[in-house]
Amino acid sequence: MSIVEGASQEASSRGNVQIHAVHLKLGVLSGVVKEALLFSYDIACEGTPLEGSTLVIEEVPAVVYCSQCDSEKTLPSIQLFCCPTCGTLTGDLVSGRELELVGLEISELETADELTEPARAPENATDNGRLAVIAQ
Amino acid sequence: MSTQPRLVEVRQNVLKQNDLLARWLRQRFSDTGVYVISLVSSPGAGKTTLLEKTLTHLKAKGCRVAALVGDLATENDAARLARSEVPVRQIITGTVCHLDADMVQSSLDDWDLNDLDCLFIENVGNLVCPSSYDLGEDLRIVLMSVTEGEDKPLKYPTIFNTADVALITKTDLSEAVEFDLVGARGSIQSVRPGMDVIELSAKTGAGLDEYLEYLLKKIESKTAVARV
Repeated sequence: MSIVEGASQEASSRGNVQIHAVHLKLGVLSGVVKEALLFSYDIACEGTPLEGSTLVIEEVPAVVYCSQCDSEKTLPSIQLFCCPTCGTLTGDLVSGRELELVGLEISELETADELTEPARAPENATDNGRLAVIAQ
Repeated sequence: MSTQPRLVEVRQNVLKQNDLLARWLRQRFSDTGVYVISLVSSPGAGKTTLLEKTLTHLKAKGCRVAALVGDLATENDAARLARSEVPVRQIITGTVCHLDADMVQSSLDDWDLNDLDCLFIENVGNLVCPSSYDLGEDLRIVLMSVTEGEDKPLKYPTIFNTADVALITKTDLSEAVEFDLVGARGSIQSVRPGMDVIELSAKTGAGLDEYLEYLLKKIESKTAVARV
């Protein structure tokens, strides 16, 4: 529900817009299960400005700092907090707890007056380019 | 009719409201010199039994303690804890499987925190959701009982990873359930390297002194600072 509220507030601050998708970063140590979120998303969105939108989840692995290697390492498993390179135990978490709303895909809903405005193709092209980059 | 969809950056923690309130609570606890300890575990690991003993012993040592206790439906735990004759308040969460900062904040209500040295918050028995909610506590204790098996930390790494101390409870039953203590400690260190671990039995009292000493040191370090 916090996702729906946060995204709705963000969207409403941007005027009369339609929300197509909500982008979320989800750490493996966030305590939230991706499948459960996706399952409940549609129900949580019912009757809100987010109804009909999709939830796009980017999973963030647990990354720790290994003092032995003096570098950040991605853990293959959150059941074993040790450096995958040298085997040193480390609890120094750099990332993996994220539960973060990172972006919204929106489009302006035009009023009758605005329909006479010229099309904004160049700006849209740029935005689509950015979308593609983020989606990778 | 609408324009082409575009992506706008937001960058907002989903639990921002909870985190903001938790930060405010932490400041309030800090200003009044109250050390706050939360207890998390699966249902039946022995949170309430241990807390009842803890409250009684800490009170006897002159520590001014109180407790908030979360439960889905009943006030049984508060009634049990009230036997320790310290202020206790039940938080009934209804269908919610965890406590959040708002529930803690509204339950403190009219309590004068200046009258307390230490506040315990017993979370709802659940090893999943409570890990995501900051309650403004100084210390998060996770309990695992010997009857749950030594691999519990590997099954619920997130809650162990967000906690500061692990207690292995019901050690009086270790032999009966052939509990592998070395394996359990290994599991804990695997998901949270360097984590403090204390073994105890609230029933026989084994390990209880070590636990109470550990808590008192933590409590005193904070109340001493606040009173300077």
